[in-house]
Amino acid sequence: MTSAHALSEAGSSPPPGHDRVIDVRDLRMRYRTQDVLKGVGFTARRGEVVVLLGPNGAGKTTTIEVLEGFRMRSAGDVSVLGTDPARGDERWRARLGIVLQSWRDHGKWRVRELLAHLGSYYAPYSTDLVRRPWDADELIAAVGLTGQADKRIGTLSGGQRRRFDVAVGIVGRPELLFLDEPTAGLDPEARNEFHGLVRGLADENTTVLLTTHDLAEAEKLADRILILAGGRIVADGPAEELSRQASAEATVRWTRDGRPFEESTPEPTRFVRRLFEEHGDAIGGLEVRRASLEDTYLTMVRELEAGSVPEERAAAHAFGEEAR
Amino acid sequence: MSPVWYAAGLGVRRGWTELRQTFTTGQDVFGYALWTVLVMVPLFLAGDDPLKGAGISAGAFMLPSLLGMTLAFTGMTTTAQLLATEREDGTLLRAKAVPHGMVGHLVGKIVMVSGTALVSMALPFAAGVFLVDGVARQGGGALLTLVWVIPLGLLATLPIGAVIGSLVSSPRTVGLLMLPVMGLVVVSGIYFPLSELPEWLQTVAQIFPVYWLGLGLRAALLPSEAVAAEIGASWQHLETAGVLGAWAVAGLLLAPSVLRRMARRESGAAMAERRQKAMQRVG
Repeated sequence: MTSAHALSEAGSSPPPGHDRVIDVRDLRMRYRTQDVLKGVGFTARRGEVVVLLGPNGAGKTTTIEVLEGFRMRSAGDVSVLGTDPARGDERWRARLGIVLQSWRDHGKWRVRELLAHLGSYYAPYSTDLVRRPWDADELIAAVGLTGQADKRIGTLSGGQRRRFDVAVGIVGRPELLFLDEPTAGLDPEARNEFHGLVRGLADENTTVLLTTHDLAEAEKLADRILILAGGRIVADGPAEELSRQASAEATVRWTRDGRPFEESTPEPTRFVRRLFEEHGDAIGGLEVRRASLEDTYLTMVRELEAGSVPEERAAAHAFGEEAR
Repeated sequence: MSPVWYAAGLGVRRGWTELRQTFTTGQDVFGYALWTVLVMVPLFLAGDDPLKGAGISAGAFMLPSLLGMTLAFTGMTTTAQLLATEREDGTLLRAKAVPHGMVGHLVGKIVMVSGTALVSMALPFAAGVFLVDGVARQGGGALLTLVWVIPLGLLATLPIGAVIGSLVSSPRTVGLLMLPVMGLVVVSGIYFPLSELPEWLQTVAQIFPVYWLGLGLRAALLPSEAVAAEIGASWQHLETAGVLGAWAVAGLLLAPSVLRRMARRESGAAMAERRQKAMQRVG
């Protein structure tokens, strides 16, 4: 973090009794004849970083846009900061931050100029607990754009532009921040800086919901990972739990008389011992691999998309139920 | 102050900032200069040819007419163009994400387009008065006409532009709409008096604001004997106010719901899709 100081002031004491910042139940979305979301449900608590993971077209953006109040849902109960987004007023909107992927908007504006302008819309919603908006210069320092403060936005590099997008998203000191694939197109260094920025916000009690299809990113940032595939949440749990569960099954590969074999097993050690007891020297090219989170994720998504998994098994993938 | 009015105030600042930006952006400065040249060319060509029976030159007739046309043109097409472009590039979505940001955006756009229209009129006017004789020599009373014609003209054209900008699918479509607008300008008594056209074309031209803005500007800037070149040898102030007023009312009735519908459908996904399309066109 370039400026831990600035971020530490972002902290807003949450009003008591509103711990559940997002509550989604049986969210359904239908476009013409196609069901995009078939009963999505999850919650997010204050200060939590929830990562919505899923393949392209899984409905991540649709889900997040319903929560932002930008899209009407077909069915289901949704509560964001205690309000139904479909009926959220501007006072409610002032408590949200949305990081949009800018393209070439406001190209003639200078960085400080636009941040100060957009921030000023939040001034009527300032309270003793949450001072809005964030001071433009402090915010610029927090996202590491001090050198570019007087530059036209159209001249920023991709990474700078994305950091600027984050700055716009948090200029109103939101209680809840939405980021839809925020690191797409960022180089590793910029990505790393961005991760620090998000963690810093969460440390100060901002709830963060972000979508990505980058597993490493999800693992690094998330307090909880939700996997959205086939229009449903197929996994919901803390990142460590998901990784642990994911690595429970190992893949054993070997050759026997020159022919390749492969087997998945939760107990690779015993499996390999039996293999040698049965076939002895005929076994060659032995390889034991613990499945990574990525392997599990890919298998899960592939199976779901192929429709080869019956509903019950899809449900069985869901764990961390106690988190709900 | 209510948050809406507060946001409207921010919109005024926003519009002013964006107007200022056009003076320091090469492309926009070029746009102003090019427009001035485009208006000057017919004045040069017509030169001092007398307009028969009106006691003024053809150039003197054209200058105020072209200023009126500039107002109509800027009000409609610039508004439409900006709205379509800002929908595509995400400016509107950003406005939607901040509290009452749409109010600020809309007010900002009105201020910015109005300012652009005034600058686009002022530059050719300043250059034109040196080129042709007999324009803007009437003083006070006539100039007062400007005080109501110009604001009414903006009111008549901006909302229509906003409606068009909300309905088109992309900024490129607005470019296509320019063609019929050009045609309308030709038959709207800008380059020559409307009375020289067949009667049915006169009727068509009198439906649209372009003719009336040309007439209003001529009424303000030309000597009183020039009225001889007009239909019925009258400046038709009442009709001018009536037609422009009707457009203003229609536009103001229509624009809010169309704008709201457009804004409601704005989302990141919709924008990403448009971006994709626009990129494909470039690539």
